[in-house]
Amino acid sequence: MLTSEDWGAIRLTLRLASTTTAILFVVGTPIAWWLSRSRGMLRNAVAAVVAVPLVLPPSVLGFYLLMAMGASGPIGAFTQWIGIGILPFTFPGLVVASVLYSLPFMVQPLQASFEAVGAGPMEAAATLRASPLDRFLTVALPLAAPGIATAGVMTFTHTVGEFGVVLMLGGNIPEVSRVVSVQIYDHVEAFEYGRAHALAGVLLAFSFAVLFLMQRLRLRGVGP
Amino acid sequence: MNGIELRFRHAYEGFDLDVALALPGSGVTAVFGPSGCGKTTLLRLVAGLEAAREGFLRIGDDIWQDGSRMLAPHKRRIGYVFQDANLFPHLTVNQNLLYGTRRLASDERLPTLDPLVDLLGIRALLDRRPSRLSGGERQRVAIARALAVNPRILLMDEPLAALDQDRKKEVLPYLKTLQRELRIPILYVTHSPDEVAQLASHLVVLRGGRLVADGPIQEVLSREDLPLTLGEDACSVFDAVVAGRDPEDHLLRLRIGGQELLVREHPCEDDARIRVRILARDVSLALERQTGTSILNHLSVQVMDVIQDAHPAQALVRLSLEGSPLLARVTHRSLNVLGIRPGMRVWAQVKTMALLG
Repeated sequence: MLTSEDWGAIRLTLRLASTTTAILFVVGTPIAWWLSRSRGMLRNAVAAVVAVPLVLPPSVLGFYLLMAMGASGPIGAFTQWIGIGILPFTFPGLVVASVLYSLPFMVQPLQASFEAVGAGPMEAAATLRASPLDRFLTVALPLAAPGIATAGVMTFTHTVGEFGVVLMLGGNIPEVSRVVSVQIYDHVEAFEYGRAHALAGVLLAFSFAVLFLMQRLRLRGVGP
Repeated sequence: MNGIELRFRHAYEGFDLDVALALPGSGVTAVFGPSGCGKTTLLRLVAGLEAAREGFLRIGDDIWQDGSRMLAPHKRRIGYVFQDANLFPHLTVNQNLLYGTRRLASDERLPTLDPLVDLLGIRALLDRRPSRLSGGERQRVAIARALAVNPRILLMDEPLAALDQDRKKEVLPYLKTLQRELRIPILYVTHSPDEVAQLASHLVVLRGGRLVADGPIQEVLSREDLPLTLGEDACSVFDAVVAGRDPEDHLLRLRIGGQELLVREHPCEDDARIRVRILARDVSLALERQTGTSILNHLSVQVMDVIQDAHPAQALVRLSLEGSPLLARVTHRSLNVLGIRPGMRVWAQVKTMALLG
């Protein structure tokens, strides 16, 4: 059913999604924590910037990134200056784009679950001699665990499903930037509906399995 | 301990909290006032959970805040009991107790938590999660957790306010045990007159962020400008000693200084200290010791002064019972007829009193 090209696209997609999710855990957690504990204009501005990829057409985001990371863009100038060339049409370029594109899917669930932890347990920990980092690690993270799992799953699946940004920025290079969604598009363009069906079926089954798993996670929560 | 000294100025929801206090280094200091008077904020300032822009705080020999320099809350040797317990839901009771202990330097640590676990009666609960505890159990665990870090001062923020009447009755005896057994000072925030009357040895009254009164509870309750009412009426409290029993009449004999009081039987041990509350309206005055009356308790007292009461017909008479203030509510007419003036010795007849255990 699936050709070696299809398998290549699946491997690449999984690599992109897991790299993006890992990076977003590191980048998104401090942002989400700060948003959950702050008030005021700056916080609102940051929250809006984080949410932009939710409403912006992926092609627009991809276009701006292409301009910025291209040879004459500011990011492109920087990457050439440090000697790694330019990022468009490379796997690292795809990762950078995915991180921006999926940022709200990491930050928003994290932020909501940090907010749900509330000030109470954190203050209790402070009166029990726990330093700020200590109470984050031993109280906030365990209490936010279900939200953290949700954030990871949302980010991963959302990256798997990304299409427009990849097409704008990564093109369609096998084993470099041809992810599953692009591969399906190619099959359809070539009237190979059978192969499109097979890959689309894989994505559908994957999405269902993930959402099913998330329901179970949500129902378990922090039980007794 | 060397006592507590604090001065805080702190902008707070619409008004400024502005308080300077010197408090005793032992016993229960109740911080009393209506909701929104700033009493919880005061407690949070002592804990460092709220940062005053200027202030001074000394607990014993340790200075925790001086000007704008303040020690972070996790570096203060406090025990804090929150109104809603605030146990960690992801940890068992035992893990909750150990959370703070693990973070102490070895020379600060209690050798064992066993006495604490028994004192609060939570041994059977150790393996449970907080979600499987009743409200009263949760609060007892929270108290044990706060004391497990071997604090210099115990801060309690309305620990009974979130509990229903039955749960309050369940937890209150434990608080009384703490009051007797703990050597560290307790700062106890409450808006309940009952809890003040039962637990406090020192009383701080706040209103609108300002200090209204501060002092030993007997003195504050009989202040000349505003006898504070704990609940329905002006009252006085005494710490009496159980002197014996009259079993055939089901009466308990209490001693205050050299004088005896008879009250209804109450479960307690001989020589125990017991707190008595006497409402001003239950005290009447006589020039000679009365006979032929149903009233059992006749106390020899000296008249200190006479205060105008809320109603123009009535006066509050401050009496000295063995050095402690006792309030009596009588009419001005009675005072004139009997010729009662400050300095006189008279008899106070006490119709009824409440034992606060």
